[in-house]
Amino acid sequence: MIITENLCKSFGDLKVLNGVSLQVEKGEILALIGGSGHGKTVILKHVAGLMKPDRGRVYINGKDIYSLRGDELEQLRSRLGFLFQSGALFSSLTVFDNVAFPLREKTRLNEQEIRERVLAALEQVGLKGAENKYPAQISGGMIKRTALARSFVRNPEIMLFDEPTTGLDPVIAHTILDLIKSIHKDLQFTGIIVSHELSRVFQIVQKVAMLHEGTILFVGTPEEIMASSNPAVRQFITEVFDSRLRNTL
Amino acid sequence: MFIRKLGALSLMTLRRTGRMGLFLAKTFFFAVTPPLKFTQLLRQIQFIGFQSVLVIFLTGAFSGMVIGLQGYYTLSRFGSAALLGPMVALSLIKELGPVLSALMVTGRAGSAMTAEIGIMRITEQIDAIELMGLNPLRYLVVPKFLAGILALPLLTAIFDVVGIFGGYLIGVKLLGIGEGTYFGEMANYVRMQDITEGVYKSISFGVLISWVCCYKGYHVGFGAEGVSKATTQAVVLSSVLILFWDYILTSALF
Repeated sequence: MIITENLCKSFGDLKVLNGVSLQVEKGEILALIGGSGHGKTVILKHVAGLMKPDRGRVYINGKDIYSLRGDELEQLRSRLGFLFQSGALFSSLTVFDNVAFPLREKTRLNEQEIRERVLAALEQVGLKGAENKYPAQISGGMIKRTALARSFVRNPEIMLFDEPTTGLDPVIAHTILDLIKSIHKDLQFTGIIVSHELSRVFQIVQKVAMLHEGTILFVGTPEEIMASSNPAVRQFITEVFDSRLRNTL
Repeated sequence: MFIRKLGALSLMTLRRTGRMGLFLAKTFFFAVTPPLKFTQLLRQIQFIGFQSVLVIFLTGAFSGMVIGLQGYYTLSRFGSAALLGPMVALSLIKELGPVLSALMVTGRAGSAMTAEIGIMRITEQIDAIELMGLNPLRYLVVPKFLAGILALPLLTAIFDVVGIFGGYLIGVKLLGIGEGTYFGEMANYVRMQDITEGVYKSISFGVLISWVCCYKGYHVGFGAEGVSKATTQAVVLSSVLILFWDYILTSALF
């Protein structure tokens, strides 16, 4: 279970988060939506403990992550998977080694077991045969899929997805979202997904939260947000669907 | 207004210096506590040390040759050309060897360290390492830091030896000083303490280069421009600090 409590964060004079409170139940995926630059990634980085808020708390499974140190923090992070917007693959390692990296560094599996786990993960994301390629030799979609394989190869309980479909064509974007759906079915992780692919994302999440001007403007099910009469919510939803339609045409 | 600006500048400088100091202290701590990423360390020794040998060889040879040439003409004026050997050796061992090796390593490997860590920072690779439960300082910075400390004295030793032979080529083979005179006087005048001074200097320069270059990469700004700025700053700051620290060590300790 993930809880953020009154998160506030400023960068210089720019106030990005102004009291963000959210709750994601165990096994649930929450879609975090909102305009670009409104702080969605900042929230994810706070949940992962990569950023510290000016005020507020983040609890994961009841533990305040900012009070965790050393082994406790390491243990928490071993149960967390993060898909970065850029993929964040290690450019000096092959696709195989990128996915094997967390297993080699943080588990006691032998090389044969690691090989089996990595090949299974790569097969699941449709990258069988690309093991020996470097990130510079593969497409954006393949980078995202490799990063996805790396993020779930340790079977995390919590997964955070930062715009997993940005910059990809609609077919690849749908493939990535379908993969997330099937991985969720297998692992039953608790997750937050930041995405603008609303129509598809709404099919895989149980809850939606809309961030607007540093605060959560709306929380509810996908059906509830689609029926919302809040003008800011309506405007955002309409704009996103219009722009997707324009892109398709 | 001026006082306020001066105060703000002083506070900012103090904050940055404190952050750099903390970075060094943490790196030291992780360098002396297990586990050590041994494969990474070997890779870095290969990169900082072995791959710098050619440039150190060339710089050392030409430095020794030019000291041989200049030294011969200067010493000849006082009828002391026989002391060319000690002059070349002492100049190289005590000053030029450690300083020029450090400057060369800064330009070749230090800039690459900053760029590598900086790119990893802006492409979120360091965040990814952290989220895997690994300590980025231990994984990325400590191997570079230790490799710098180990490689610099060895590179300096190569620089000194090659430089002494460069001076030999000019002094003995070109200008006609006796071979026995060149090496004999060198053995008479160069003490073990001179050599250890050079080693201490090169070790401290190794710390300086790795510290400044890794810090600048780790705390890089945004985008490609941030990396390019950090790389320039790392090279300039390391070079200035090497010369400053060289003066402090020479004047205060030796």
